[in-house]
Amino acid sequence: MQDGNSNWYRRSRRDFMRTSLGLAGGLALPGGFARVFAAEHPPIGTWPAGASGKSVFIGIAVPRTGTYAVQGEDELKGWQLAVEHINSGHPLIKKISPKTDKGVLGKEVKYGVADSAAKPNDAVQAQQRFITENKAILITGSTSSAVAVALNKLAQREKVLYVTGISGSNDTTGKDCVRYGFRQCFYGQTAAAAIGPIVVKAYGKNKKAAYLTPDYTYGHTVTKSMQDYLATAGWTTATNQVAPLGAPDYSSYLLNVANSGADVLINVNWGHDAVLSIQQAKQFGILDKMKLVVPYQIPFLSREAGPALLADVYAATDFWWTLEDKFPLAKMFVEAFEKKFGYKPEWGANNAYMSFALWAEAVENAGTFYPPDVIKSFEAGRKIQSTVGEVYFRKEDHQLVRPVIIVKGKKPSEMKGKEDFYEVVEIVPGAPLMQKPDAFGCNLGSYT
Amino acid sequence: MITWPNFLSQLFNGLALGALLALISSGLTIIYGTLGVLNLAHGAMFMLGGYAGYVAFEATGSFIVAVIAGALFVGIVGVVMERVIIRHFYGRPHEDQLLVTFGLAICFVEIVRFFFSSLSKTVPPPSLFSGITSLGVMFYPTYRLAVVGIVAVALLVLFLVLYRTRLGMIVRAGIEDSTMVDSLGINVDRVFMLVFGIGAMAAGFAGIVNAPVVSLTPDMGESILVQTFVVVVIGGVGSFPGAVLGGLIAGEIISLTSMVNPSYAYVMLFAAMTLVLMVRPHGLLGTRGRE
Repeated sequence: MQDGNSNWYRRSRRDFMRTSLGLAGGLALPGGFARVFAAEHPPIGTWPAGASGKSVFIGIAVPRTGTYAVQGEDELKGWQLAVEHINSGHPLIKKISPKTDKGVLGKEVKYGVADSAAKPNDAVQAQQRFITENKAILITGSTSSAVAVALNKLAQREKVLYVTGISGSNDTTGKDCVRYGFRQCFYGQTAAAAIGPIVVKAYGKNKKAAYLTPDYTYGHTVTKSMQDYLATAGWTTATNQVAPLGAPDYSSYLLNVANSGADVLINVNWGHDAVLSIQQAKQFGILDKMKLVVPYQIPFLSREAGPALLADVYAATDFWWTLEDKFPLAKMFVEAFEKKFGYKPEWGANNAYMSFALWAEAVENAGTFYPPDVIKSFEAGRKIQSTVGEVYFRKEDHQLVRPVIIVKGKKPSEMKGKEDFYEVVEIVPGAPLMQKPDAFGCNLGSYT
Repeated sequence: MITWPNFLSQLFNGLALGALLALISSGLTIIYGTLGVLNLAHGAMFMLGGYAGYVAFEATGSFIVAVIAGALFVGIVGVVMERVIIRHFYGRPHEDQLLVTFGLAICFVEIVRFFFSSLSKTVPPPSLFSGITSLGVMFYPTYRLAVVGIVAVALLVLFLVLYRTRLGMIVRAGIEDSTMVDSLGINVDRVFMLVFGIGAMAAGFAGIVNAPVVSLTPDMGESILVQTFVVVVIGGVGSFPGAVLGGLIAGEIISLTSMVNPSYAYVMLFAAMTLVLMVRPHGLLGTRGRE
């Protein structure tokens, strides 16, 4: 708003006349106010074209095939539920975004979906199409931080808002952060800072860890954060096995792990890579000798790998459905989701739902779709009710300040239902977990 | 991580990985050698074998039934595919063949995804081969040891079919000079159908044999397909012994590189392929001018 104030003094008499005439016109014509606001700013990105009709469009690029397909489908369900709730003015959305009535600023939300296969190129092409052809006012999607970073760059270049899907890399709101990008979920640094103390308490100091790391920004930064934290407790890295995304077999990596003499196996792999590497670690007898830790929990991991392999395994996550016992909004979300889709939501779906809800909240508070104003609304640092309690966006890097949930896998005999895979061990408050805003080299860039 | 026990472990693991690659690749190379069709659906056949076996296992609880069902089902799919679609493409350009097999691969994957979703499925190893075996320098999953044996037997059967039967003789003659075989009055049409079925069956068999080692997903054939192509190129396109040699080399490259620097394991595989293409463009055991 500072910019607006300084401009005010420079405004000429002609500007004053124009504004007055605009206001008069706005009053005379139905829907004229939108045009008045539009007249104040030059067009930017897909605005005002994307916000001038009865509906606004969101472009979703999500993996529906490939290594992260299962998680992508789950995320998609979260977005679908959010759109449904936003358009109908569901009570849950109103708790998160109290100014929401029906739609966003009265406009119906529509969306298009494209399969990104978790590949940055595919995601960028799909979103470029949504921006050009559908005048998307918001883009979303990622189950891979490589995609999130690529879409961050696209969003900044095209001046279209982007809310990330699942993205665990420190870079997304670190060195690759952008003014037009916002992240709801937890990430390497907060995951490590939250799960680290619990792992050290459980397994002791001065241990040797073996890492399985997927070879891209997510894997490298999460492993680094874990190594950095655990080093403070005297832990060392026995081996770090870096594998490509979608590796068809982990035997050679696991033999290196087996021969490394590590006490703990920290598996940073994600999606089907995590399922396969954990199943094969069991086949190689590694899980009988080493404790398994999952620093960045994978939706559906227990369903796919079987709860026995995850019994007593610590994992850091964004959301687990039994949080419904603690947070009323979580209960509303889990009930609505299960009613529509027939299973308990995983954290990807919750993250997706929340990211749209937070966007709706920001737009309603901005009172306009004009991107720089929506960004400033996100940056205002309002405390917002969420499915994990009160949260807010940090204005310096656009990272949501939110708790990290530490869960522990239940033994099959301890499960009270077929989806009761984890016990919530701790809800770790977010703010102390976070690095200093500039520690990972974030420079947000310009609003326009 | 280069220690003596680790080196021996990786050397052995390379053999186990390579054996499986050899089996899948031999199916691909026989089909290409005889029919001249590069079957991009070969990875999907591998996946189909796994799923067909999974269904049979769920129904009967017998791993042997699963293996037979997986191999037979894909063999039949191969024959039907050849009769209904592929045979119309023998006379057409390679690009058309690539496109039609690529399209079929997408169909197979999405049909499986439609019925089974993307959630992975597991087939447990037979109880006889469950657990871990100590090999002195290392512990190795018993079932993986068994796979080496199973694949060796399967490759031997393929060898006998190709080198000790009349059909095999025709196939090998067809690989060398299909026009000549045709002009000798041999019913090439029927041979082609059988070859396609056998090649597909090899992939299906490998798919179900491999199922207890991995977990099944609709996309699993994609990365295997890329690896089998590398194997075939290294070994020599159309050469059965080449596929076996290429498979073993590829397995060793992946395993041994991972010991030095795991992130280069797959990169080195492609580097090896490039090297072979530069030095021997027709592959290690391929014949110059073979189509």
